[in-house]
Amino acid sequence: MSHLSAAIAHSLPELILAAGVLVLVLLGALRGKESEGPVTEIAAGLLGIAIIVILLGGKTTAVVYGGAFIDDGFGRFMKLLTLAGSLVTLLMSQDFLAREKIDKFEFPILILLATLGMLMLISAAGLIALYLGLELMSLSLYVIAAFHRDNIRASEAGLKYFVLGALSSGMLLYGASLLYGFAGTVSFAGIAETVNGKPSLGAIFGLVFLMAGLAFKMSAVPFHMWTPDVYEGAPTPVTAFFATSVKMAAVAITLRVVITAFPGIASQWRQIVIFISLLSMVLGAFAAIGQSNIKRLMAYSAIGHIGFALVGLAAGGEAGVSGVIAYMAIYLVMTLGTFAGILLMRVNGTSVENISDLSGLARTDGTMAFFLAMMMFSLAGVPPLAGFFAKWYVFNAAIQSGLYTLAVIGVLSSAVAAYYYLRIVKVMYFDQPAPAFDKPAPAPRAVLAVTGMLVLFLFADPGAFIDATTAAAQSLF
Amino acid sequence: MFGFGILSCLVFLPLVGVGFILALRGNDEATLENARRAALGTTLIVFLLSLYAYSRFDPSSTAFQLVEEKGWLGHGLVYKMGVDGISLPFVLLTTFLLPICILASWESIQNRVKEYMIAFLVLETLMLGVFCALDLVLFYFFFEGSLIPMFLIIGIWGGPRRVYSAFKFFLYTFTGSVLLLLAVMAMYGVAGTTDITILLQTHFPSSMQKWLWLAFLASLAVKTPMWPVHTWLPDAHVEAPTAGSVILAGILLKFGGYGFLRFSLPMFPEASAYFAPLIFALSIVAIIYTSLVALVQEDMKKLIAYSSVAHMGFVTMGLFSMTSQGVQGAVFQMISHGLVSAALFLCVGVIYDRMHTREIAAYGGLVARMPLYAVVFMVFTLANVGLPGTSGFIGEFLTLLGAFRINSWVAFLAALGTILSVSYALYLYRRIIFGVLDKPGLAAIRDLSWREAALFAPLVALTILYGIYPAPVLGSSSAAIDVLIKGYDTALAVTRTAALALP
Repeated sequence: MSHLSAAIAHSLPELILAAGVLVLVLLGALRGKESEGPVTEIAAGLLGIAIIVILLGGKTTAVVYGGAFIDDGFGRFMKLLTLAGSLVTLLMSQDFLAREKIDKFEFPILILLATLGMLMLISAAGLIALYLGLELMSLSLYVIAAFHRDNIRASEAGLKYFVLGALSSGMLLYGASLLYGFAGTVSFAGIAETVNGKPSLGAIFGLVFLMAGLAFKMSAVPFHMWTPDVYEGAPTPVTAFFATSVKMAAVAITLRVVITAFPGIASQWRQIVIFISLLSMVLGAFAAIGQSNIKRLMAYSAIGHIGFALVGLAAGGEAGVSGVIAYMAIYLVMTLGTFAGILLMRVNGTSVENISDLSGLARTDGTMAFFLAMMMFSLAGVPPLAGFFAKWYVFNAAIQSGLYTLAVIGVLSSAVAAYYYLRIVKVMYFDQPAPAFDKPAPAPRAVLAVTGMLVLFLFADPGAFIDATTAAAQSLF
Repeated sequence: MFGFGILSCLVFLPLVGVGFILALRGNDEATLENARRAALGTTLIVFLLSLYAYSRFDPSSTAFQLVEEKGWLGHGLVYKMGVDGISLPFVLLTTFLLPICILASWESIQNRVKEYMIAFLVLETLMLGVFCALDLVLFYFFFEGSLIPMFLIIGIWGGPRRVYSAFKFFLYTFTGSVLLLLAVMAMYGVAGTTDITILLQTHFPSSMQKWLWLAFLASLAVKTPMWPVHTWLPDAHVEAPTAGSVILAGILLKFGGYGFLRFSLPMFPEASAYFAPLIFALSIVAIIYTSLVALVQEDMKKLIAYSSVAHMGFVTMGLFSMTSQGVQGAVFQMISHGLVSAALFLCVGVIYDRMHTREIAAYGGLVARMPLYAVVFMVFTLANVGLPGTSGFIGEFLTLLGAFRINSWVAFLAALGTILSVSYALYLYRRIIFGVLDKPGLAAIRDLSWREAALFAPLVALTILYGIYPAPVLGSSSAAIDVLIKGYDTALAVTRTAALALP
């Protein structure tokens, strides 16, 4: 019985979400189609409670549920990021969904389910748990990508994501089965014991397939093809969700897999990570230049940023991992802010998504333009903004572990990427005004302001933040 | 002072002014006037505070002074501020030029005044931070941060091709700087800290020094700017508003020379000696080639911009001669160029505000209508060509002297540049000021207003004062420079002995 109570204590956030989802489904079904109901509010409340539970809960590391589920500092930190992403996305989405007339009660439920999948994914301590979490997340995502089902582009996005996602899941599963075959166990700790030194070819194949599946979820090159179309086609709040929570979970599980399951063959996976990191950075930088749709641009930007984050993982070690964690946390804040800005892009009641629609924003809405410009400079990695610190940590780790070529190509591609971020600033500040946007919805506006402040003033006292990421990274080793 | 040191106060005080301007509501003329006054008041207070810092400074000591240190990013990355004889003159130059910039924009900027003033105040914070930072990451933080306000200043308040110029400015500098950032990380790996005072004592392995030196060059050469990565400068100058050009020429360009002096030379002495011929070659090309280019310019600002590149050639040449005359001359030349080129851009601004063209051909015979202006412009033209009795002479002479002690050919070729600079500067002066006043638009042109005269008065005074009595600058920096050169020579001697000791 004490086993069970320990398990419950360590998986309390997940259990809260799971129970909450079931209740909400019932509630939604009983109240029928027409009702708006308090589903969203309850869902947001549940996410908030999960955050509080993690913040106030135990700080110990434990493996429960027969070795399938691990609760550690790293997981808790990444779960906080994921939950924060989900919560903010959910709060921002209300106004958008209502205006697009797709504010069905399933939306918050699907967000909750996907988040639950992510939490399970982050805490997975074995291949089966990994797959369960991944699929729970992905299946919910396939549906919300096509949530605007009367919109042909959204349907296309959902279908594309589903087909490619299924393929990647298949690859991941194939890799997992190979690993099980050669290691004789599905738990990461067990794999770490068997696969080291000079591993068998089969285990390496397993690792490669596993990485391919995970790279798909992270939208790292060469498994990035779905990203621009899905980002563009999906409703904007859903895109924000893809760009924040999903990324957090995917990067978290990638870190966990390679660090805890394959510490013995670091030289093998490092090659893969360097390869996808390099390609992602370069492709993200160059492909975004020609984009005119801001969501598509953010998709390529996301690809590039995953490349930057993976630079830290390529460096390996505690410094590298804490760099990745710091990078993802800062990236979360920047992305939420940017998407809050995109959600505010609305003229005469319809959403607009072209960069040119931002023309002259500095004159029509100076505050929004300022914060959005700070987001862009931060994404480009210019000090004194938060994005600079993110880059500092990952590249510093890379330099300290001797990855000079990777670092040089990385920073040069960040200079290329600076061009398209600057282009948005240019459009907002230097061009003649386009029609002004509608009166801003309060939630995205508040999100933009808060994230803007965080990005601007991280430099004033980064100590606590850095301590937290370092502690989180330490618990992984 | 309020729990901060003087330098922190100095650096962050402009942000208080920013807060004040942000608190102003409305867009009527009275509010804008208040915004201008707030910016001017803030910059004047900062200037007075910097004079106070100067009074607390002991020029005979070679150590960093007014040092303050706090934890920042952890793991050897600290918030550390301090000045020595090399950085203090630049701090004073910055605080001195800023009120002039604000005054110069008083009437010419009518569009988005509050944002303009905020951009300049933020820029002042970042520029002062560059010169006061005693931690390499902190230095980079300010160095790179200064791109944002300058990008906006060029892009929002600039001329017709402002977008192109702003992008070129940003991307050139940013690309160079990210390589510098990697070098900073590598140095952190060796020394375990980025505290500049410790890095100055650290010996970096010889093979590593060359790479680090090249990475620093990538950033500093763009900023200085050195030929062939100078092409962003004429564009940026031409499009920037007058005060933007003043800041760009007066202070931002000095980041490059300051960086060489603070980092490349003392921290990588072997690489500096190894690459010195390269720097000499680039400097001479800059001096001769850009002077020739300046000769054929049709646009006044572009002409002065090219002359800036040539003058910076003297600076890099003097620095890498690593003789006490050369380095002192380089520092002096930077300060002098900060005053003179700033003043020249202000001169252009004066007639641009009246006629809205910078084309040389649109002017002529101004002496008849603007005698006072003709005098002021003459002083700075002559200072620009390095006439004895003006500050320009001291810098050029000392750098040439320093170069002559190392390599007489370098000095000979650079001296040719001074002849060319006389040609383009006097040719410009003749075309604008003398000749017949036959352009109809010029008939009613007004001479300097009292505000403009007040702008130029301190600049004229300092240019002539430093030409006759250069001791204030040379005296405050000489002790620090002697230590720098001594350290450099010792490091080289050690390497030579080690090389000889090998069989």
